[in-house]
Amino acid sequence: MASENLTPTAYIQHHLQNLAYGKLPAGYERADGTVVSQDMWTLAHTSKEASDMGFWCLHLDTLGWGVVLGTIFSLFFWRTAKKATAGQPTGVQSFIELLVEFIDTTVKGTFHHANKMVAPMGLTIFVWVFLMNLMDLVPVDWLPVAAAKISGNDHLFFKVVPTTDPNATLGMAFTVFALMIFFSIQKKGAIGFLKELTLHPFHSGKIYIDIFLIPINFVLETIALVSKPVSLGLRLFGNMYAGEMIFILIAIMFGAGAILGIFAGALQWGWAVFHILVITIQAFVFMVLTTVYMAMAHDTHEDH
Amino acid sequence: MNINLTLIGQSITFLFFVLFCMKAVWPALLSVMQAREQKIAKGLENAEKADKDLELAKQEAGKKLTEAKSQAATLVEQANKRASQIVDEAKAQAQMEAERIKTAAQAEVDRQVSQAREELRGKVSALAIAGAEKILGSSVDANAHNAMLDKLAAEL
Repeated sequence: MASENLTPTAYIQHHLQNLAYGKLPAGYERADGTVVSQDMWTLAHTSKEASDMGFWCLHLDTLGWGVVLGTIFSLFFWRTAKKATAGQPTGVQSFIELLVEFIDTTVKGTFHHANKMVAPMGLTIFVWVFLMNLMDLVPVDWLPVAAAKISGNDHLFFKVVPTTDPNATLGMAFTVFALMIFFSIQKKGAIGFLKELTLHPFHSGKIYIDIFLIPINFVLETIALVSKPVSLGLRLFGNMYAGEMIFILIAIMFGAGAILGIFAGALQWGWAVFHILVITIQAFVFMVLTTVYMAMAHDTHEDH
Repeated sequence: MNINLTLIGQSITFLFFVLFCMKAVWPALLSVMQAREQKIAKGLENAEKADKDLELAKQEAGKKLTEAKSQAATLVEQANKRASQIVDEAKAQAQMEAERIKTAAQAEVDRQVSQAREELRGKVSALAIAGAEKILGSSVDANAHNAMLDKLAAEL
């Protein structure tokens, strides 16, 4: 446990709170009793403060780790791509090419249109999401404790797995959603896109019947459309959050005596092994679904 | 677990990495892989071609060999023929030579026989005269009895 005087509940809550940097309104009474004299941007000291910041709040840990891991991915692949030769590939290049080949085959299997963005997006999603998920395998206390020691603040909130933050997963999912709508309109035109939303799944061909069907179709199709990014984001978030939660629960056991501690060690090892599968599968699922949604956006003659 | 500005921040980060991958990573890697694919395909094609060429060369060599063999056989046959011809010719020549030598020898023999006979004939007539002289005790006039002697010699 992070510190001995924490109750399990407090420990869990501490682990589930992001490092939030946001705006507190004037007149807000902070946790330590001080009152904010005017609007100010500051780090949240408690979960309540973080939630009171409302929308104007950034999770520095989520964004930070996301950027760091994304940069690692980008630079590593970029360096390899720059040094790549058409001759006999070296170890690193072989590995990267294996990944690229894998993504390329997967994407080509579902996406049959000409678009320069979909395959690289698949690669980015797969590797980046995998790396973000991989942070889950770092024992839950290592990095938060290290961050607390470095910053000198024992109560520093620090979540290292960006994909356990719904902001991160939904952020990506809604970007995918925006791209879906963009490509839909680009491919079919605004009219075509609206037709898709209103003339499916019920369509009679007679105007006087269709008039009554259009609202029904619109409601159904809109729900179907909006549920795609929401489910995409929440699926990844849910899986990672649950996995993280179990790691935290196992970690609580470490403070409960030697026998339970050893048992917890075994449990943690087992769950970590299982989790290697989960994080890979979730990264893959996110990539495949994104590709499928892109393919749907490009399909002009959609038959239900 | 509040939905806040982080969502937009993550969106921007996501788009940035996707665009970077799309511009700087994906095309470079894919072009390298495609170039290698072509290289390998070309190499395989060349190998196949070389294989075919080798097969053709083998066939050609075989054909040449057979040709050379048959040519050699013809040559040997011709040489044999020529040799037997030469032998035959030599045989015939030798036979002719032998015949000629035989004929010459025969002629010589004949000549010597007739010569001997001539000599003998002359000597016989002289001997006959001498014998007759002895018998008669007087000389026989050779001229007087020439006719008889010639007749005698002719009878020999």
